[in-house]
Amino acid sequence: MPTAIEIFKHLPKKNCGKCNYPTCLAFAMQLANSKAKLDDCPFVSEQARAALAASSAPPIRLVRFGSGARVIELGDETELYRHEKRFFHPTAFTVVVPDSLAPSEAGRRAKEIAAVRFERVGQALSFDAVCIRDVSGDAARFASAAEAVGSSVDLPLVLSSGSPERMRQAAMKVIQRRPLLHGANAQNLVPMAALAKELSCPLALMQNGLGEMADLVAQARAAGVEDLVMDFRTSGLKDQLESSTVARKHSVKKTYRGLGYPILVEAGKGEDGILRGMLAVMKYGGLVLFEEISEAQALPLFVLRQNIYTDPQVPIQVKPGMYPVNGAKEDSPILFTTNFSLTYFTVLADIEKSKAPAWLLVVDSEGLSVMTAFSAGKLTPEIVAKALESSGAREKSRSGILVMPGMVSRMSGKLQEATGLKVIVGPKESSGLPKFMKGL
Amino acid sequence: MAEVPVPKEKWSGKIGTVALGATSEEGGTRSSRLVIGGGTGMPFLSYEGPTTHRPLIAGEVLDTVADLPDLVREEFGGAVDDPAEWAKAWVERHGADLVCLKLRSTGPEEGDRPPEEAAKTVLRVLQAVSVPLIVYGSGHEEKDAKVLEAVSNIAPKERLLLGHAEESAYKSVSAAAMANDHAVISFANLDVNLSKQINILLTDFGVRKDRIVLDPLFAALGMGLEYSYSVMERIRLAALMGDAMLQVPMVCDTSSAWKAKEASEEIEGHDGLEERAAWWEATTAFAALMAGADLLIMRSPRSAGIAKRAMRSLMEVD
Repeated sequence: MPTAIEIFKHLPKKNCGKCNYPTCLAFAMQLANSKAKLDDCPFVSEQARAALAASSAPPIRLVRFGSGARVIELGDETELYRHEKRFFHPTAFTVVVPDSLAPSEAGRRAKEIAAVRFERVGQALSFDAVCIRDVSGDAARFASAAEAVGSSVDLPLVLSSGSPERMRQAAMKVIQRRPLLHGANAQNLVPMAALAKELSCPLALMQNGLGEMADLVAQARAAGVEDLVMDFRTSGLKDQLESSTVARKHSVKKTYRGLGYPILVEAGKGEDGILRGMLAVMKYGGLVLFEEISEAQALPLFVLRQNIYTDPQVPIQVKPGMYPVNGAKEDSPILFTTNFSLTYFTVLADIEKSKAPAWLLVVDSEGLSVMTAFSAGKLTPEIVAKALESSGAREKSRSGILVMPGMVSRMSGKLQEATGLKVIVGPKESSGLPKFMKGL
Repeated sequence: MAEVPVPKEKWSGKIGTVALGATSEEGGTRSSRLVIGGGTGMPFLSYEGPTTHRPLIAGEVLDTVADLPDLVREEFGGAVDDPAEWAKAWVERHGADLVCLKLRSTGPEEGDRPPEEAAKTVLRVLQAVSVPLIVYGSGHEEKDAKVLEAVSNIAPKERLLLGHAEESAYKSVSAAAMANDHAVISFANLDVNLSKQINILLTDFGVRKDRIVLDPLFAALGMGLEYSYSVMERIRLAALMGDAMLQVPMVCDTSSAWKAKEASEEIEGHDGLEERAAWWEATTAFAALMAGADLLIMRSPRSAGIAKRAMRSLMEVD
């Protein structure tokens, strides 16, 4: 989005007030914050409209593939660093199924990929798409693999082939799924772009080198394809980091407009493949293709993505409630903390370390840490008492003991009144819990 | 061909360097002196400035193994029962750049070993390996004051890196470091301003800036990693933009990754705990590197191997 001053330059500067704002500058400021529409100005010229439309286009094009409820959105990012606002569209992970497998086998493989699933802090973590790759060089074989995978899973699909003709035959089998075509290179660009345009599918461009990629982008656009994805065919982590960073920086800073498309990373397999996938998560990758990845490697990768794509202004929250730790029983004490995930995980790990059975009561503090919640009035004796009731804490633990975070010891008296439990002040730092629990 | 300009930032600041370990030339006994820091751009962007000093990996050695995960213990075999052997295994078998000795057993709750004995452990490790050494106490404020003083005195001029100084307790550690020209870790809890504050306190107290390594607390994967990642990016950006009090190298201790449930417990329906655990710390380390770490303290050799290969690939060196 252009700044208010940039917008203001294009406005008529009549200060007529017909837009419902007293001055053109005030109107420009509302436009910059997306709180007003340019159409509200009756005097805006066609040139101004065109100029503002161009400069308000997203720095990185939003590209979609897939169909129905299973659509993957790539791009439309606006920041270099997540703390500046946030990263919006999480890196999508895709596993490759080669058409060297028999169709039934390819379908089974795709189902396995779709079945990999983990639950973490209330979010489901899984792969996002399946890529069918033409390794056989046989059009019929590639097409039946695509068909078999398409009928086995409802995930979005990527078709990977260097041959426009084989690509066409496979794409026709799954066209209603709007697959991503991967891809065009300098040799096959003309027929590939024509095919992408005809089928209205997004197209991945495969080219090493920033200038060379910019040329390929320009040619694809000239051929009428706008939904593009860039695969820089990078040689290693350094090349991947630097190409992705240069493309991203130019796009968001608007210093060069020819590379404003999502980035695809062909990760391959093994350790290097996982590292490429992880680098893509941290540094601007939109879509990653893995040839092979084990569940043991997938979970850390998924969690890294969950972490990096968390909105910095909305901390990950843990579901409030009573959680048993170390095999808690009726006579185990209750400890409470807030539902800010970092606080929860730290406290949980420290109670586990003590090996002493205990109940951990997670109080809804709207995702704030103990001290912040206390200062903001989100962690009061009343709120804790309410959490005890709503979680059925008194039925689960009959110990009559409530351990509170040492940081907020000043509310211990009121807490005792509000809950009627024997309140014990715990350590100030969670790291003191193992020792504390031993003496409890 | 289209001309794509390189969007090089014109940073006004750069990260200072800190030398660790001392050779005979400097009055110590280490085989080489290692230098960290010196970054002139964001991590690993060669077009913003070469990475002259690649980030280093320190292998963690504990003087008591009560809480050591079995998976890590297995990687070292019997070596974990003796800090000197453990350190040797890190350097000789696993290629650690340096060793980080944590004197846990000095903690009043963990054995309360006297400072003189702990200092002897330091001496034994120094004799077992020739790389520079990082030394932590137990984290117990009053005891650490005595332990680190004894450590500082028993290895004068070795340029140890002593951990750590924090806002509520920095004078005794800093004094121990200054007395024998060691370096010190300044610790702040996940915050740019607190990081700056502790560095101001240390320099006001008389610690030279080229003797300070900042630990902004790197939270492990799945345990708040994103906070640490962003705090470190902001520290690095502020340093490059000219904030002198943040222009020090950063150290990240990734051993906390082993506290994550996913790194230590089987997950129903999913196998591969050993591999998952190795990746848990490796991922934490990789994220720390991308956010600007100059020094990693790592627990597992497998994880350290992955982190090292990631670093080499990022720098295209062998």
